Amino acid sequence: MATTMISPVQPQKPWKATKLELLPTVLILLGTVIATYVFVAVTPMKGKLAYAFIFFVFGTSAISIRNWVKLGRAAAKDALASSIAFTGAAIVFLPVISILWTTIYKGVPGLHWTLFTQSMFTASYSDPVSKGGLLHALVGTLYLIFISIIVSVPMGILTALYLTEIKGRGSKFIQFVVQAMSGVPSVVAGLFIFAALIVSTPIKASGIAGAFALSILMIPTVTRTAQEVLMLVPNDLREAGQALGATQWRTVAMIVVPAARNGLITATILGVARIAGETAPLLFTIGGSDNLNWNPFKDYQGALPFYVWKGLLLGTPESIQRAWTGILVLLTLVLILFVLARTLGGRRMKK
Amino acid sequence: MSATISQRPVPPAAREITTKPRRSDRVFRGVVTGFGMASLAILTLIGLFLALRGFQTFKHEGLHFLTGVKWESVTSDTGKVTTDFGVGAMLIGTVLIACVALVVGVPLSVLSALYLSFYVPERLKKLLVSVVDLMAAFPSILYGLWGFFVLMPMVEYWAKLLYKYLRWIPIFDAPQPFFERSPFVAGIVLAIMIIPIVTSVSREIFAQTPLDRVQAAYALGATRWAMIKTVVLPFGSSGIVGGAMLGLGRAFGETVAVFSVLNIVFKVNFHILYGTGGNIASMIILKWGEATGDETKALLAAGFILFVLTLLVNMLANFIVRRTLKSGK
Repeated sequence: MATTMISPVQPQKPWKATKLELLPTVLILLGTVIATYVFVAVTPMKGKLAYAFIFFVFGTSAISIRNWVKLGRAAAKDALASSIAFTGAAIVFLPVISILWTTIYKGVPGLHWTLFTQSMFTASYSDPVSKGGLLHALVGTLYLIFISIIVSVPMGILTALYLTEIKGRGSKFIQFVVQAMSGVPSVVAGLFIFAALIVSTPIKASGIAGAFALSILMIPTVTRTAQEVLMLVPNDLREAGQALGATQWRTVAMIVVPAARNGLITATILGVARIAGETAPLLFTIGGSDNLNWNPFKDYQGALPFYVWKGLLLGTPESIQRAWTGILVLLTLVLILFVLARTLGGRRMKK
Repeated sequence: MSATISQRPVPPAAREITTKPRRSDRVFRGVVTGFGMASLAILTLIGLFLALRGFQTFKHEGLHFLTGVKWESVTSDTGKVTTDFGVGAMLIGTVLIACVALVVGVPLSVLSALYLSFYVPERLKKLLVSVVDLMAAFPSILYGLWGFFVLMPMVEYWAKLLYKYLRWIPIFDAPQPFFERSPFVAGIVLAIMIIPIVTSVSREIFAQTPLDRVQAAYALGATRWAMIKTVVLPFGSSGIVGGAMLGLGRAFGETVAVFSVLNIVFKVNFHILYGTGGNIASMIILKWGEATGDETKALLAAGFILFVLTLLVNMLANFIVRRTLKSGK
């Protein structure tokens, strides 16, 4: 008796526009398209820019005027602001679409299997694209990423632990320093490694020097993300650890860090995504070799951004094609890392 | 009987209750604090090493290093090398390009941050926010390549239009109608590159707007725009300034993308449409290839100037942003 079926109530949205109310909007849109076309055809203006601009002006004013007539001045202003905000956002997103599309469109013709099995040792950048490959650059980039992770992830996470767990007297200042460090231009990081290591120590231009330069850029990224994640760990967990008699060291090592594990991996991935495509620091530090070098501690090393850079500088059609294909491979790498970081980060949020 | 008693498990001795940290804790705190200080050490070392290696140049050129507009190293017949290094033109070029980037990029960023915070349909929000973050993850060489092949032809057309109709405004004038690889093009590329950071900082600040004030505005019958104008913008304006300055720091230090689309000439040029410009960071990689001895030192000195410049801008920006974020809580 108590269990009478309760049919789920559909939420009502009385403010939602009915089909009849939508009609004028559609008509205005249609009218604007036609008016734009006619206006551009009649006046001496031409080109996509003119169409876009006139469409924006006509559309915005049409909607604003309609709102003014129907609802008054405040509504007209509101409509004007909405369409300007929308246009601004649209302009921001256009380059992304263009960049992704251009990279695929121009990069794909240069893809072939030897790309991943050969280096540029025997080929020159101006040779037909089917000769040579970017194996050396791929190996170099993977080495750079690997060494940078080894250097910067412990540093980043420990710095984040200092900021969240110890909260010493200096932590506000260190926070400030980390933020300042994340603004260090990449070219300065390269110059620093050149001035500090390559000139005066036995470490010469090689994979490891490049990785050190990249670490300078990676540490602040890892620190800031790790710090955000560690702050999300509920204080209850820390207190529970203390209440069980654990020392702070054991609380952090066995409770806080494992609880934030996924987030810390995200921090690492975001750090890698930050440095994978850096070019400027490598120009001073890795030498940019064209042949395969398995030893990151000795001799010049190649890297994907460097490969693209060389192709762009040379400027022949074949080398440009190589640059586009190289950037396609690099962008794919960055995209994979980005999606990985997102899914891991998303899972953490759900918890 | 006594045997069973002796077999009873002996409870472990209770730990002494003390406020003194144990040794493991002391080690832990020491190590973590040490690593916390490491970033400070790195930052100091960067400044120190660049200043040290560039010291000779600073000493030799003096203040002229900042104001001079030439970058030459001439070897005379007798083998004597006379150098004249100055980053003045490049400094002006850096600021000029960054200003173009700010003028174009900041309004767009604020608009898209407003759109993402208050207008976007809930379904699209996550995707679009990810896209903005993705923009920040694009390698700068990709912006360079795309800027050179896709954006540059388009922007040159805009430059011609600006020159045709607006050349009565001094900055849109040009000594000759030569618009290729101009500071304007570089500024537009940089604008696109700083949009993600300015957008995400602005969005973060808009999200901190006190909800009670937002709801109060709506309750008084404000439209969305009226609410934004009276609540969000006054609250967030100083944060937007901070975000813009973070963008400025990025724009000062950008290297590869600017190098790809800029015609670097050692000359002071205030005409943004004219194809002559400079930027300290890209000048460094332009000159690095053939640099030896004194010139390398001069380039390291230029790097030091760039480092100090970006550090100051960034510190100020972070200070402003943090203050605004705090005031919302």
